Amino acid sequence: MISTTGLTKAYGRILAVDDIDLDVREGDIYGFLGANGSGKTTTVRMLLGLVLASSGTIRVLGEPMPKRGKTVLPRVGALVEGPAAYPHLSGRRNLELLDAAGAGGIRRTRRTRVNVALDRVGLGGVDKRPVKAYSLGMRQRLGLASALLRKPELLILDEPTNGLDPQGIREIRDLLLALHAGGTTVFLSSHLLAEVEQLCTRVGVLDRGRLVLQDQLTTLTAPTGNSVVRTPDVDRAHALLDGRVLAKDGDRLIVTGTDASTLNALLVREGIRVSELGPDRRTLEQVVLEAAGNSGSDRMPAVEPAIPLEHVSTRETSG
Amino acid sequence: MIAVEVTKMLRRPRTWVTILMLNALPTLIAFLLALTDIGPRPGEGPAFLSSVLSDGSLFPLAALAVILPLFLPIAVAVIAGDSVAGEAQAGTLRYLLVRPVGRTRLLIAKLVAIFVFVLVAVVLVAGIAYVVGTSLFGTAPGAASVSGTILTPGQVAVRTVLAIGYITLSMLGVAAMALFLSTLTDSPLAATLGALAFLIASSLLFTLDAADALSPYLPTRYWLAFVDLFRDPIQWRDITRGIALQGVYVVVLLSAAWANFTTKDITS
Repeated sequence: MISTTGLTKAYGRILAVDDIDLDVREGDIYGFLGANGSGKTTTVRMLLGLVLASSGTIRVLGEPMPKRGKTVLPRVGALVEGPAAYPHLSGRRNLELLDAAGAGGIRRTRRTRVNVALDRVGLGGVDKRPVKAYSLGMRQRLGLASALLRKPELLILDEPTNGLDPQGIREIRDLLLALHAGGTTVFLSSHLLAEVEQLCTRVGVLDRGRLVLQDQLTTLTAPTGNSVVRTPDVDRAHALLDGRVLAKDGDRLIVTGTDASTLNALLVREGIRVSELGPDRRTLEQVVLEAAGNSGSDRMPAVEPAIPLEHVSTRETSG
Repeated sequence: MIAVEVTKMLRRPRTWVTILMLNALPTLIAFLLALTDIGPRPGEGPAFLSSVLSDGSLFPLAALAVILPLFLPIAVAVIAGDSVAGEAQAGTLRYLLVRPVGRTRLLIAKLVAIFVFVLVAVVLVAGIAYVVGTSLFGTAPGAASVSGTILTPGQVAVRTVLAIGYITLSMLGVAAMALFLSTLTDSPLAATLGALAFLIASSLLFTLDAADALSPYLPTRYWLAFVDLFRDPIQWRDITRGIALQGVYVVVLLSAAWANFTTKDITS
């Protein structure tokens, strides 16, 4: 659905997006992760033809972008860097204008389309209030509604749950899952790991403009071949399993091997109380931090001896 | 797309506030004239104002002459300067473009919407001025043309319509300039002020003898040529030149706006 090769965007000498090869397949819910300023939004804008790439190619829905935007974009729903609407008009009126602006929206069915989209995002009962009186969450829902107007095959959403309360986040998650079940491919950029972990099937991680990781979520968080033991008698357990313990963190031990039952028998025989035992999985957070390093792109330390100065300056990338 | 842009423009409260304000000054002048009965001497003050006391049906022309040099172009610069930069600032530009609306189409629709705004504003100013003028000053059976001959009310009406058309076209240069600047910046204010600077520079150079060589190319040069419509016979020379000059400004500035806008990274 989306594939890029060597996609690069340079602002002067600064590389905002550096040689990335995205591969989003049909039926994916693709989580595009990265710290603020890592180049997510610039990438999304390039996919939609808003920002022109410095080099590299983009194909969306099998066709080159931005060259074929006219045929590609009507099949794509997008939310880019927060919703936007004409503040003096009502939400419904905003959607009607947007629907009328692009080609292909038949006037006769416009009202129905708008109502269906508003219903989907939970704004079906919205009144004639102008958008300037909307809460942040309502604006976000309106933005999503505008992305859904054309029943898109591909949704490109940049931080879709921004400004929503936990209940709203859950609603949007359910909505996206329902759309996905209906055959929509979703490309979701976010800096919220939990959101991506709960929703996505495939993950790409952007760090300072480079795609450092791209894989199925199940592969990334697959069991590591080790076991986790939690016990109040952590020191005795450590002594007993010496040599097999890979890491110790409070009352948690990471032990080599996946045979939990044998391990349990061994511990219990020695009178060591076991409060939890199971296969060790890496969380998405661990995977991402490992791949991206643990410095956010918006950090700009004055001196960082490990990295030459030239590289420090490339961190000043736009979101 | 053009219909959408025109609807958007007409649904904006600001459009109507602007038009209301355009009407305020001529109406105030009409009341002052009616109260004091002191008209400017012929040849002084805005065109036609000296004749208004004897014939209220000329007041639309006087009203247009009052707003033409400054108020109307300011209104045009505000609306046109906002057209693209305002969408960028509000963030709606990116959603229009991914709808998708072609960038060229958007630009042309914006220019047409501005043209409609000018037309609506000028027609309303003339219409309201007609009502105000005829009710305060009454009408005369025939008005004296600028050349001294008498024009029938029918002739005055036709020529007033022509003047409205000419004044609307005269604003296109400023509109195109503001639109071009509006594609350069994400700040509507900057675009508007830039267009006003362009306008003021033009008016200033026009009064400067040393800039005579430039004067045929100044966008404000032929603005007052609408007065020529009220000579007998009509003198078309400056009017056709004025329209051609505005056409050149529109083509050049719209091309520049197009070249810039279609290759621009939309980061708003």
